[in-house]
Amino acid sequence: MSKHVVVIGGGVAGLEAAGRLSREGLDVSLLEKDSITGGHLNRWFKLFPDRRDSSEVKDYLEGLTHANNVKLFTNVTIEKLNRDKDHFSVLTNDGKELIADAVVVATGFDLFKSSRKEEYGYGIYDNVITSADLEDMFRKGEITAADGTVPKKIGIVHCVGSRDEKAGNLYCSKLCCVTAVKQAIEIREHYPESTLFCFYMDMRMGGAYYEEMYREAQEVWSVNFIRGKVSEASETIDKKVVIKVEDTLAGRPLKMTLDLLILMAGMEMSEGGIKLAGLAGLKTGDNRFFEATDHHFGSNKSNVEGLFYAGTCTSPMNITETISHARAAVSEVVDYLKNS
Amino acid sequence: MQFDPFVIPFNIGLNFILLYTVIRCVVWFRGLSRADKLRMQRGFFGTPFAQSLREIFLESLLHRKILKTNFRLGYMHMSLAFGWFLLIFFGTIEADVFGTRHLNAPYRAIFFRFFNPEHGRMGFESVYGFLMDLILAFVLSGLFLAIIKRFYSRIVGMKKTTRLKPSDKVALTALWLIFPSRLLAESFTCGAYGTGSFLTGTLGSWLASFLPAQQLAYPFWWLYSLSLGTFFILLPVTRYMHIPTELFLIFMRNSGIKTGDKTGSYSEVEVFSCSSCGICIDTCQLNTSAGITNIQSAYLMKAIRNNSNVAEIAHNCLMCGRCDQVCPVGIELSPIRMIQRRAGENDIAYKNTYKDYFRTRQITASEKPDISPVYNFLPEVNPDKADVLYFAGCMTHLTPSIKNSMVRILEASGLNYKFIDEDGGACCGRPLMLAGQDREARELINYNSQLIWKSGAQTLVTSCPICYKVFRESYYLDVEVLHHSQFIKNLIDEDIVKLNFLRKRVVYHTPCDLGRGSGVYNEPKEVLTHISRLEKSKFEDDKSLCCGGSLANMKIGSQKRSLIARDAAAELTRTSPDILATACPLCKKTFSSATTTRVADIAELVAEALIVSSVKRSTNKKIFSAKELAAIS
Amino acid sequence: MEKFGFFISKGRQINYDSNDRSIAEYIYEREPSFRRCIECGGCSATCTTGSMTKFSLRELHILIKRGENDKVMESLKKCMLCGKCILVCPRGVNTRNIVVLAKQAFQKSAAYAI
Ligand code: SF4
Ligand code: SF4
Ligand code: SF4
Ligand code: SF4
Ligand code: SF4
Repeated sequence: MSKHVVVIGGGVAGLEAAGRLSREGLDVSLLEKDSITGGHLNRWFKLFPDRRDSSEVKDYLEGLTHANNVKLFTNVTIEKLNRDKDHFSVLTNDGKELIADAVVVATGFDLFKSSRKEEYGYGIYDNVITSADLEDMFRKGEITAADGTVPKKIGIVHCVGSRDEKAGNLYCSKLCCVTAVKQAIEIREHYPESTLFCFYMDMRMGGAYYEEMYREAQEVWSVNFIRGKVSEASETIDKKVVIKVEDTLAGRPLKMTLDLLILMAGMEMSEGGIKLAGLAGLKTGDNRFFEATDHHFGSNKSNVEGLFYAGTCTSPMNITETISHARAAVSEVVDYLKNS
Repeated sequence: MQFDPFVIPFNIGLNFILLYTVIRCVVWFRGLSRADKLRMQRGFFGTPFAQSLREIFLESLLHRKILKTNFRLGYMHMSLAFGWFLLIFFGTIEADVFGTRHLNAPYRAIFFRFFNPEHGRMGFESVYGFLMDLILAFVLSGLFLAIIKRFYSRIVGMKKTTRLKPSDKVALTALWLIFPSRLLAESFTCGAYGTGSFLTGTLGSWLASFLPAQQLAYPFWWLYSLSLGTFFILLPVTRYMHIPTELFLIFMRNSGIKTGDKTGSYSEVEVFSCSSCGICIDTCQLNTSAGITNIQSAYLMKAIRNNSNVAEIAHNCLMCGRCDQVCPVGIELSPIRMIQRRAGENDIAYKNTYKDYFRTRQITASEKPDISPVYNFLPEVNPDKADVLYFAGCMTHLTPSIKNSMVRILEASGLNYKFIDEDGGACCGRPLMLAGQDREARELINYNSQLIWKSGAQTLVTSCPICYKVFRESYYLDVEVLHHSQFIKNLIDEDIVKLNFLRKRVVYHTPCDLGRGSGVYNEPKEVLTHISRLEKSKFEDDKSLCCGGSLANMKIGSQKRSLIARDAAAELTRTSPDILATACPLCKKTFSSATTTRVADIAELVAEALIVSSVKRSTNKKIFSAKELAAIS
Repeated sequence: MEKFGFFISKGRQINYDSNDRSIAEYIYEREPSFRRCIECGGCSATCTTGSMTKFSLRELHILIKRGENDKVMESLKKCMLCGKCILVCPRGVNTRNIVVLAKQAFQKSAAYAI
C-alpha cells in the first residue's frame, strides 16, 4: 500500500507539492479552506515581471494535480493535527479523520489588513484602495474612482504593513515594490492620460528583471518616484484624497491631492497558519511565519518530524521561489518516507 | 528601686525624638506660605483638628486603606502601629494604676515589668497582665510578617518590596529587636518571679526551667532599651520619619493645604510621609508589564528625601495617576512629580545644613534666562464665527475614523459649528507642560486662546482627553469645554440626535487624562449604555489601566509601550467583548495594535448608531456631492 | 591653528574627519533608537510644526549624525513635543526623547553655549 501524504493549503505551493508528490507514486490528499484552489492567484490578474496572465500559472498547477489523481477536499479547515508514533492524524471541520504518513503545510500568507493603518484611511475614505482591490479592477477591465469617474492622479504607497514597527511587522514583504511598479505600468497602459506617483522608503527590486521593470516604468511610462513615507491621508469635500509626505530628497514636506490612493499591502503569516501552529505545536518566528529548522539547508523542515513546509508560510516569496520551495518540500518528504 | 541605668538609652532617644519632631514641625510650618499658615491656624481651632484625629486613628494606626487594598499587608502595618500604640496606652495606665506612684515618667510604663516583677499574680492584676500579653502577641505577629516580607515579599501579597539604604538597615534591625527583646526581658523576669500571663509567663517558666532567668533578664532589659533608643535617634534619617510626619501631614491636608506647583513645606512633608509601603510599586504598569522597577513613586519619594538627582526618575512615568489613587497616605504623587519635572536637572540647591537630620529640598526659584518666543512662526488666523468649536487635536488627525465620526455627529446636530484644526493647528500645550516646559507651553496656550476667543464660540468640543485636561485647567477661557463624550451625552439628553441600539457587547476603557485626570467617568458610559450592551471590567473608573501610549513618558520606547498595551488590552478583553471602546485617539491607536478585538472610540460607535432621519433634519447645512444633487433633482 | 597666507573657503563637503559628532554620541548613548532611523520622513510629513514653518525632524537627525550642528539648536526649539511623529515612525524611533536629549546636549556642551 502506498504511503499517504496530506497537503494543507491549495495555493501555489500546495498545488505544486501535491501534484509532484502524487507523481512520485504517493497517495495525496489536498485540503483547501476555500471552495476553489489557486489561493492568491485567483485574485491577481497579471504577474510580474513578464506580465503573463495568472490563469496560465493556475492552469499549469491545477493540471498537475488533476493528471496525478490528487484527492482534493475543498471547504475544509483543520480542527486537530496530532502525531502518534509514526503517523499523523488530521481531523477536519466536517468530522473526517485522515491518517497520514507525512504532512506538507502550505498555508501561505494573508495580505496585511490595510484598515489597521488607520491614518491611511482604508475603509474610511472612498478612494483609498489596496493593491488587491486594484487587481480586481484589472480583472473587470475598468479602473475607476469611487464615483465611477476615471482617476487622473494616482498615488501608490509602498510598505503598508511591512517594515513598520507600529504594524508589528519588521520585515520587508519583498514583492510589493515590484508589484507597485507593475501596477503603475498597467494603469498607465490603461489610461495614458493618468499620472502616477510611487511613494517609497527604499526601492527593493531584487529579482530577475525587476530592476529593468523599474527603468521601464520611469522611461517608458513616466511613473514618478518620490522618496518618503506617507504619514497620513485625508479627504476633501469632493472625496479626493490628500496625502502628506516628506519629499526627503528635496528635504521639503509635500502635500498632494489624488483621485485614487493605492496601498501596497504587505504579506503576513496567514490566520490559518497561526491556528495550525497552535494545534500542532509548530514553531513560529518573531515575524510570526513558521520557523524552519535551518535557514540554509532545512528551510522545509519543521520542528515536528514528518511535517514539512512549502512556500510563503515560511516567509514572503514570489511565485518562482514558491514553486521551487514546494519542489524542495517534495524531495524532503520522499526522503523521509524512504527512511522511515 | 525606681531607676536603673539601663533606661538611659531609652530616655535619651525619647527626649531626642520628641524635641526633634517639634522643631521639625515648626520649621515646616514656617516654610508655609502666609495663606497656608492661616489655614493651619484656623484648622487648629476648628473641625479639621477633630477630623485629623479621626483620620490619624483610622489611617496611621488601623491602616484602613492598606487593609482594603491588601489585607495581609494591612494587618502587618496595623499590628505594628496599632499594637505598639496599645502597648504604650495600656502600659501607661498599668503603671499609673498599679505602680507605686501616679503620673510616671514614660520609662516606668515601658519597663513596668522590670520595676514591678511581682506584679500580676492574681485577680484584676492578672487579667490586665493577660491583656498586655495579648497586645504583645499581636505586635509580634505583625513583626513576624514584616520580617517575612523583607525576605519573601510575595507572602504578604506584594510583588516587590522597597530597597533599603544603610541607615534604614540599622534602624530596621533596631526596630525588629524592640519587641523580641521586650518579650525575652519580660519572660525572664516573669520566669524568675513566677509571674506573667499566657505568653511571658509560659515562656518565662519554660526558660527558667533550664536557664538562670534572674541573671539573663537584665541584659535583655538593656537590649530592649538600647534598641528603642537607637531606633528613636536614627528615626529622622530613615524612612521611619514617616511615622511622626504623617500625623502632621494629615493635619495640614485637613486644613486645606494643597501641593501646588512649586516645592514647599507641604510637598516636603508629603515626601517624608511616604512609608515605603510599596503599594504604588505594585500598581504601576511600568513595573508589572514593562519590568521597569526603579522609577515608581516610592522610589521618587526616596530619591527626593535623599537629595539625589531625580530628573531621570521624574520623567520616566506615564503620569497615569494610578499610584495617586492607591497611596494609603494620600500623597499627591503626580503634582510632586510635575514639580520635579519642571525643576529640570540643574536647579536643585542642596541645603544639607544639619546634614541628614535637617534635610530640606527647597528648589530655588532660579531665574531662567529669559528666552525670546520660540513659536513666533504660528500664523495669524481669523476664524469664522461659530457657536460650537470642534478641536480634534494632533492625535485625532492620525485616527481619521474619530475625526470623520465627529464631523458626522456635528452635522447631524444641526448646530452652527466650526472645525478649527481641520487642516492642522498648534498643539494644545499639554505635552510641553508634561515635559516641564511651562513657558513654552504658555505660548501655545496664548495662541490657541486667541483663536478660540476670536471665534466667539460658547462651547469648545475636543476629541482628545489630553487637550481636554489642559483646556480646562490651564486655559483662561470663558467657554464651556467639553470632551466629545460629554457633548454627545448632551445631544442625546436634549434629543438632538436619535440613535439606534447596536446590539454589541462593549467594554469601556477610561482614558487616564479623562478619568483620573479630569474626573469624567460617567458620561462616556452613559452614552455607551444608550447604544450598546456595556459590560463591566475589573478596571472601572479610577481603577482603569493605562494603555501605555501616554505622551507623559518620553523615556520608554515603543517595545515597552506595546508590552503595557498588550497586557492592558488582554485584561480588558477577558470577557471577549465585541468591541473595546475608549474615548481617546491615543488609547485607540495604542490598543489597536495590541489586540484582535475591534477597538473603537465612542464617537465612531455613535456615528454608526446615528439614525439617518436625524441626519436629514439638518439638510440645510449639508454639502451635497454632485451625484447626490443629481439624485434629488 | 596654522594660518596660511591665502584664504581657504570652507569646503562644501561634510567634513567627516573634523565634524563634531559628540551631540550624536550623547543621544545614541541615552536613546539607542536614534540609530534606527532610516530617514523615511514620516515624522516630518506629519509634523505639527513642520506644516507651519521650515522644520524637519528627519533632517535634524541626519545633520546631528553627520556633525553638521550649526543652527540645529535653533531649529530644535520649534518642536512642540506633540507626539505625532512617534505614532507614525515605522522604525519605532523615540523621536521626542531625541529632541529633548539633543537640546540637553547642546546646553551642556560648552562649544554651543548661547
Ligand atoms: S518590497 Fe518594497 S514596498 Fe514591499 S515592504 Fe519591501 S521595501 Fe516596502
Ligand atoms: S508613595 Fe504612597 S503608596 Fe507609594 S510607597 Fe509611599 S506611601 Fe506607599
Ligand atoms: S503615575 Fe502611573 S506610571 Fe507613573 S509611577 Fe504612578 S503608576 Fe507608575
Ligand atoms: S513632537 Fe515635535 S517633531 Fe514630532 S510631530 Fe510634534 S512638533 Fe513635530
Ligand atoms: S519617521 Fe522615524 S525612521 Fe522615519 S525619518 Fe522620522 S525618525 Fe527616522
